[in-house]
Amino acid sequence: MSQNLFEGTAEQMSALMVCINAHRNEKGALMPVLQEAQNIYGYLPAEVQTVIAEELGVSLAEVYGVATFYSQFTLTPKGKHKISICLGTACYVKGSDKILEAVEHELRISCGNCTPDKKFSIDSCRCVGACGLAPVMIIDGEVYGRLSPADVKGILDKYIQD
Amino acid sequence: MVNLKINGIAVSVPEGSTIMQAAKLANVRIPTLCYLKDVQCVGSCRMCLVEATGARGLVAACVYPVSDGMEVRTNTPRVRKARRTTLELILSTHKKKCLSCVRSMNCELQKLALEYNAEEDRYGTDHDLKPIDDLSASVVRDNSKCIMCTRCVAACNNQTIGAIGPKNRGYAKVIGSPYDVSLAFTPCVNCGQCVVACPVGALYEKSAVADVWGAIVDPDKEVVFYTAPSVRATLGEAFGLPVGTNVEGKMVTAIKQLGDVKCFNMDVTADLTIMEEATELLARLEKGGTTPMFTSCCPGWVKFLEHYYPEFIPNLSTCKSPQEMFSALLKTYYCEKNNIDPEKLYVVSVIPCTAKKFEISREELGGYTDAALTTRELAKMIKEAGIDFANLEDGEFDSPFGIASGAGAIFGATGGVMEAALRTAAFKLGGKGAPVEFTEVRGIEGVKEADYTVGGATVKVAVASGLGNARKILDAIKSGDKEYTFVEVMACPGGCINGGGQPYVHDEVRNNVELKTLRAQALYDSDSDNVFRCSHASPVVDTIYEEYFGSPNSHKAHELLHTTYSKRDKY
Repeated sequence: MSQNLFEGTAEQMSALMVCINAHRNEKGALMPVLQEAQNIYGYLPAEVQTVIAEELGVSLAEVYGVATFYSQFTLTPKGKHKISICLGTACYVKGSDKILEAVEHELRISCGNCTPDKKFSIDSCRCVGACGLAPVMIIDGEVYGRLSPADVKGILDKYIQD
Repeated sequence: MVNLKINGIAVSVPEGSTIMQAAKLANVRIPTLCYLKDVQCVGSCRMCLVEATGARGLVAACVYPVSDGMEVRTNTPRVRKARRTTLELILSTHKKKCLSCVRSMNCELQKLALEYNAEEDRYGTDHDLKPIDDLSASVVRDNSKCIMCTRCVAACNNQTIGAIGPKNRGYAKVIGSPYDVSLAFTPCVNCGQCVVACPVGALYEKSAVADVWGAIVDPDKEVVFYTAPSVRATLGEAFGLPVGTNVEGKMVTAIKQLGDVKCFNMDVTADLTIMEEATELLARLEKGGTTPMFTSCCPGWVKFLEHYYPEFIPNLSTCKSPQEMFSALLKTYYCEKNNIDPEKLYVVSVIPCTAKKFEISREELGGYTDAALTTRELAKMIKEAGIDFANLEDGEFDSPFGIASGAGAIFGATGGVMEAALRTAAFKLGGKGAPVEFTEVRGIEGVKEADYTVGGATVKVAVASGLGNARKILDAIKSGDKEYTFVEVMACPGGCINGGGQPYVHDEVRNNVELKTLRAQALYDSDSDNVFRCSHASPVVDTIYEEYFGSPNSHKAHELLHTTYSKRDKY
């Protein structure tokens, strides 16, 4: 079903069950449970959606429908280092699409995906409120501004060696 | 009561009514697309927009509540323009291959587009063709024609299956199963309620028409048809006859005009099912077998139980469905009797059902059925053959499977199998003078219960139609709240007369007439007109046992007329 091999642990599952039990029989339980599941697993694996569907008594189609409707939910795993490139208006006119291209080229994956060694994942976002620093890239919460494509390799190297 | 005016016509309706309900009383027609009575009411398609005093903009009549003194206008330039724009926007993402579409001339979108003078290309044609999912044995989905009304999703959710739903957002939104998995690999039970809910050509059955035409002209094949009880009650609708017209005679004539084929009556194996099932029930009661016993005629219900309540599999009667009994009988008894090579006999069942298309592929049933045609497919073949259906003379089913009892006929309506079984059980336990009418189990309510005393014993029965109702009964049995002796379930609301393979009925009709009741009445009328009211009284059934099976539940009967079930995964 999912292209990614599911590698959930027993601890993650018991954390998920705590959350499900807290929201069971509650109207609109699906949303908070999915949010917590994403916090626990970093994404929403098919196997986890199945557990949620079964436990909350809703269909898998409904769970999947909600998970694919909201852009904050992701169905693909995230890397150890989460890269986010701002494609908001200010960053975009300052060439952030070129920054994204450089990152994709460097890591050999496209936006929205994770490297096979699970070290990096790339996502785009819309405006982080740092337009003065455009174009902006964020890695694990750290903001890199006024970038040019040539800066990308040097920044990523720091994390590759980590 | 609330008093209001619709286009100047004064009406008085109960508080909480919608504008749509009030308009009906004023005989004002408001167009709909996403609204379907008993299925969905969400106000999302914006076809039913009207002007109403006190409201800010145009409002959706199907959900907007009336208020005292309200004045509603359903036919102003502003309303007509809004509806037309909505249609044109829908058409801009619709695959407009109307000429070859299964719904051409019978499409709700086409009809509205014509009525509102919508231009198909006002906003260009902006869509990518989406893949067609035709891996399921029963239902084909062409999302390029989908208009996102979500009637299919509501129908599936009402059945408590939820195999499909909306996925993604905006232009990427499609209806389907999670993760682009084909419907074939979901816990879909093939009931086809999604198909009859679809207003356009996005959902249709997996057609067997070409195969059947091929067999008819094949000199090495001998083709036999048999038709399910409810097909005669609905086929006429496809030819413009009023809902509830019994067209048995014309149907038989039409089938025989398709080519050199025989046409038998499936009511015969409905009778046979009763003989086997009633005997099985009495044996379970005598020997302390698993009760309550559940009927097993409906392949949608059987698959539902295998997926969702496998712990109840021992409760299912081991009887094959009438379709599978008939095909087994044809390829053995009939072939032997008439010296026909079973390999050369091509068996076509005509059924109101898409789940029966899946059923013929179940290996444990022996593969005796070669093709299963829905009522719609039969209508298509009759039209393709250029037959003037409405003016046909009445024909008669071929011997030896022509005559059946009224009990067999009512199999097509919810409660019918139960009543047929009760007639025979009452006779077996009580002898002559036993009652033949059990009216408590009739009618289209989702759950019916009754207690009967037959031959001194109390029999507690329950009847459910629609899988949501079946779930209620199963949960009540599971929790110990209810105890029954015998339970009948049909997957489709109202039973086979409202099956997923029945003729398409526009929302305009479905929202305004009691389709299920009218269709069922045709079957109950044919029952009361029949000289044989009970399955055990049918001379054909007598002959079959005399010449072939010996007695109900005999060794040979078990071999050919009974089956097994197995648990299925949900994901």
